[in-house]
Amino acid sequence: MGELRAYAALMAGQFRAMASYRASFVVELVSNVGGTALDVGTVFVLFRAGRVVGGFTLAEAILMASITAAGFVLADFAVGNVDRLTTYVRAGTLDAVLVRPLGVLPQLLLMDLPVRKALRVAIGVGMLGLGIRLNHIHWTPGRGLLIVVAPVAAAVFFGAIFVLSASLSFWWVDSGEIGNGFTYGGRDFTSYPITVYGGWFRAIFAYALGFGFVAYQPALALLGRADPLGVPARAGYLSPLVALLVAAIAAVVWRAGVRHYRSTGS
Amino acid sequence: MDGIGASVLTISPGRLFRGSVTTFGALMWSGFRRYATYRQATLAGTFTNIVFGFLRCYVLLAVAAASGGHAAGYNPRQLATFVWVGQGLLSVVGMWGWTDLADRIRSGDVAADLLRPVPLVTAYLAVDLGRALYGMLTRFLPPLLAGALVFPLWAPARWQTVPLFALSILLAVIGGFGCRFLVNASAYWLQDARGPLILWTLGSGVLAGLYFPLRLLPHGFAVTLWLATPLPGLLQTPLDVLVERDRPAMQVGLVGLQAVWAVVMLALGSLVQRRAERKLVVQGG
Repeated sequence: MGELRAYAALMAGQFRAMASYRASFVVELVSNVGGTALDVGTVFVLFRAGRVVGGFTLAEAILMASITAAGFVLADFAVGNVDRLTTYVRAGTLDAVLVRPLGVLPQLLLMDLPVRKALRVAIGVGMLGLGIRLNHIHWTPGRGLLIVVAPVAAAVFFGAIFVLSASLSFWWVDSGEIGNGFTYGGRDFTSYPITVYGGWFRAIFAYALGFGFVAYQPALALLGRADPLGVPARAGYLSPLVALLVAAIAAVVWRAGVRHYRSTGS
Repeated sequence: MDGIGASVLTISPGRLFRGSVTTFGALMWSGFRRYATYRQATLAGTFTNIVFGFLRCYVLLAVAAASGGHAAGYNPRQLATFVWVGQGLLSVVGMWGWTDLADRIRSGDVAADLLRPVPLVTAYLAVDLGRALYGMLTRFLPPLLAGALVFPLWAPARWQTVPLFALSILLAVIGGFGCRFLVNASAYWLQDARGPLILWTLGSGVLAGLYFPLRLLPHGFAVTLWLATPLPGLLQTPLDVLVERDRPAMQVGLVGLQAVWAVVMLALGSLVQRRAERKLVVQGG
């Protein structure tokens, strides 16, 4: 109970800090909304040039992009702040976090209140509605369940990738932008049918790292389409399992990272 | 002891021009050295550029394949070159992540900058040119080489392309600096420039042509972007020049437009700075 009160106090402090720069906050809120719309808008622009890209229509691609968008904004809202870890490790600010009798991860997440990202979640979910409306999905109980589970699994997956990318800075302080290649890069990867990618690049991202199970395979299962790449149609229902597996790996790596951390000291 | 010492720069009234050039050069060199110390960050950034290069290149090539081999007037070689050179140019122009001025305004350190005998915009521009030079030497080629290993690229056919491309990069750096300066300078009024910075990060990428060539957009919209904003000048114009998307006269025109915007942005930067100096209250005790 006392712990909860402490978290609430941290959160209230952040809220006050944020409220003191109101104009900047409003601009930030609006930009965040625009950013999410932009990601899905890019898909529209690209399909304006080619009607069927990688063997999929605009509507089908929007379904994939919208599952990705919904999952990503949820993950970013919940744990996206963890990407500031590298700054804290470099400056040694993490020490202050470690000496408090509270969890490291929750504190980091509250160190930068994600209220500004809240509107994005609404936009992301709205996009998902658009993705469903554009397609004629033959609803079955399985698919009804999948349309709810897939974005949540995507969120867990992206959340785990956020934590994994951030953990890198425990071992390599200057890892800087590498994490972005997997968080934002992963989001871009799963926003399109993976048939557009080629060779080993697709093999690594889609199957070895599991990004193929975030939106592509679930979308195929929802649409009842056979995978041009030959993965069984039911693979879409595996997305929660893949997400949980990655989340478990992220949890182990995060703990190892916190134990490995030695302050910067001078 | 008139003139310039070996280690300490002194500017004599008699040799004002030479003094300014030396100061500008020294500031540039300091910017170069500063970024040269972040070697691991350079490596990490290059890796990320390459990942995004693959992502964008595959998607654009699929779009071109879907519309009969060409997309918005680019052939596949031109598209691949557009993407890979763009990934390198992104860090030369230094579009994202520059918050020095905003941070210094917030902390009050900007007061120290104002005490120096060099106009603030000039000093920051010099440092930024040094940074761009370092970026050109380290960040430009690796993505291009990685792309060349996997995708067939476009080799310029006209001799003018190369010098025009070099000039276009310089103008892109200056124009980009002007934009970032203005975004950062909003901190003079807002104290916390995070909102404008995020708006910039999200908007600049797509409107400068990083995610897809702007010519994929409806024609009227693209033309408006070119004429009414400096953004296409940051990436799209140099890349179009390199892949020879237009006829030579049109290319010169686009670079001319880029030059106009670079001058406008610097002038705006100076103007904003002068207005800001009149109202600036340095924070802290």
